[in-house]
Amino acid sequence: MKKIKILFVGVGGQGILLATRVLAEAALKDGVPVVASEVHGMAQRGGVVEANVLLGGYRSPLIAEGEADILVSFEPVEALRALNRCHEKSIIITSTSPLEPFTVKSGLASYPEIEPALSRIRDSFAKLVAYDAAALAREAGTAKAVNIALLGTLMATDMVPVSSQTVRETLARLVKAKFREANLKAFELGWQQWVAQR
Amino acid sequence: MHPLLTDQPGEKLLLLGNEAIARGAIEAGVGLAAAYPGTPSSEIANTLFQISRETDLCFEFSVNEKVAMEVAAAGAAAGVRTLTCMKHVGLNVAADALMTLAYIGIKAGMVIVTADDPSMHSSQNEQDNRFYARLSGLPMLEPANPQEAKEMTVFAFELSERLELPVILRTTTRTSHVRAPVTLGPLPETTRTKGHFEKEPGRFVPVPAVARARHQVLLQRGKEAQVMADGSRFNQRIGQGSLGIITSGVAVNYVLDALEALEIQDRVEVLKLGFTHPWPVGLLSEFLKSVETVLVVEELEPYLEEAARVVAQERGIKVDILGKASGHLPRLYEFNPAQIREVIAEVAGIEHHPPQRPDLSWLPELPPRPPSLCPGCPHRETYLIIKDVLKDLGEEAIYPTDIGCYTLGLLPPIQMADYLICMGSSVGSACGFSATTDQRIISFIGDSTLFHAGLSPLVNAVYNRHRFTLVVLDNETTAMTGHQPTPSQEIMPPGYEHPRVSIEEICRAAGVKKVVTINPYQKKEAREKVKKALEGRDLSVIVSRAPCILYARKFGISKAKS
Repeated sequence: MKKIKILFVGVGGQGILLATRVLAEAALKDGVPVVASEVHGMAQRGGVVEANVLLGGYRSPLIAEGEADILVSFEPVEALRALNRCHEKSIIITSTSPLEPFTVKSGLASYPEIEPALSRIRDSFAKLVAYDAAALAREAGTAKAVNIALLGTLMATDMVPVSSQTVRETLARLVKAKFREANLKAFELGWQQWVAQR
Repeated sequence: MHPLLTDQPGEKLLLLGNEAIARGAIEAGVGLAAAYPGTPSSEIANTLFQISRETDLCFEFSVNEKVAMEVAAAGAAAGVRTLTCMKHVGLNVAADALMTLAYIGIKAGMVIVTADDPSMHSSQNEQDNRFYARLSGLPMLEPANPQEAKEMTVFAFELSERLELPVILRTTTRTSHVRAPVTLGPLPETTRTKGHFEKEPGRFVPVPAVARARHQVLLQRGKEAQVMADGSRFNQRIGQGSLGIITSGVAVNYVLDALEALEIQDRVEVLKLGFTHPWPVGLLSEFLKSVETVLVVEELEPYLEEAARVVAQERGIKVDILGKASGHLPRLYEFNPAQIREVIAEVAGIEHHPPQRPDLSWLPELPPRPPSLCPGCPHRETYLIIKDVLKDLGEEAIYPTDIGCYTLGLLPPIQMADYLICMGSSVGSACGFSATTDQRIISFIGDSTLFHAGLSPLVNAVYNRHRFTLVVLDNETTAMTGHQPTPSQEIMPPGYEHPRVSIEEICRAAGVKKVVTINPYQKKEAREKVKKALEGRDLSVIVSRAPCILYARKFGISKAKS
């Protein structure tokens, strides 16, 4: 079985833990060995949140520097912050819509220019798929579905040893009924981003 | 029905380590659990709390860990299986109870879960609580993953009953917050939630004569436990080779993955330890004799490394022991898989090529994203009001603070946190500053924290005539750890009926003359009241009450509620 290390990063409140859970539960359903580690506590107050998902038979619940095969970032600066966890052959998937930390809002730090950074990523890593996941989520019907749009892109890579149908079913089971349709749509729109930017 | 009440043995659920511990306790027939929340332990209590509302399990959020320990101890003395859980620093609070509880012991099984936090993801220090097992003389188990967390919890209850001693189950952040498949075991047909306390003053009342006898009993049980640790299925030898690795807890995973990645499983023998107090001396001694070099891989303090050295010295075993003392591994922070792989490659003398990493020197400087008070948080409003009033008075103040969301008052632009040790220290340290300085002192504490450890120092302040202002940031919940209930709260989860304990009445009853209540969203009125409270320097308490906005949102309550 293909072994793979997937790193999710973003900001507290963006739904990282739900995306992790959907993927990990789908893996369990498909009989794929899975171990995932989550950040809890202080990070939920607007801090950096990350989740490590290791599929295919790893025991260690952590992804060290240079070890992530796929980085899925919910926010562009967080993608940059996590690049040291990737290697040359890593695939980087990121939303481009910025969430300014309060250090920027209060003038203590500045938010870097994203476009030039993205083009450096394109040159240095195996692949980059970048798009405004917030806009995509709104298009799907719920601004909250940033996480699910990105999950859709991740599943479209064909690198994850879990069936995308199982992921869809798990998603439908884990989200509230009134958000189900919008989330499934976000998943599909995210999927199409991979196809379009491949 | 709560998913953890699934009665299908053999079914696999994806569980957090903490949920696995809760399930293990249910499978073992826990009848009473008591806890004070604290990350990384919180989900054990949250889960048992939810389950208690669907079953006979009696669960309480106690006001602090010492009380929780005493509640659980008495329940176990009365013949009911009990559990208490806390974060590492919580065991410091409960340590007074723990040390003597080890002497008097229990009747039905009692499990004490302590969750350490290497790297201090959400803590003020990274103490290694394995030393509490040595200090108290109690048996200890250390799971490596959620499956083991569940199995060890079940076993811990059995072990506890056999030895009539509480058993410590010690996790770290990466066992508490890892999600992995867990195979369910059977649920008990009945759970004992009521027992009967048989009086036995010669055991349960440790006056000196009793304590002297009970210490002897504890040491004897320790010897029995040591034999059990030697033969425990949680202590295993894996593989064969002249290089040995001793490891426990989450580090077990890093070691086994590294051996596989380096393809040296056939050259290395691993001693994977899960029952780690008392030290499995016989097993350690056999292992040390069978290898030429030993690397000890464990997070935080050199607990097993020292065990290995002691055993080697006692038994005259000549073996190189590498680890923290040799500088191969640090005593600081949590490990990661790459670090362990590199150390093992070095010790095994093999070349190792990690994946190529691109040059990242072009990365711009990234804005930090520290956690901060939520937008609209009532604490934020309270801080600003006090800042304003002090500005009007032309005064400065020392701000002792406490453990909770308001610790974030440290950050700009608020910057109203100057001194902090632990839960309740905002009140105790204010007494010290009052005694030694002429500065204005304004302390901040939360509602839950006040009940946890703030009341005794408040009485101390009254009695010893200390002069400061204590601001109680009452947001009606224990917000930082995920909205657990607190004794003063008005807004309770549906179906959760409890009496309210008034903070104002307690403060007045303790002898505080000036107690005022403000609503931080009604700024003008609040400012007037604060100004009055700060007249003169005598001891005063300002209760600033408004619900946590995240909590209020859960229950659809307006933030401006007075």
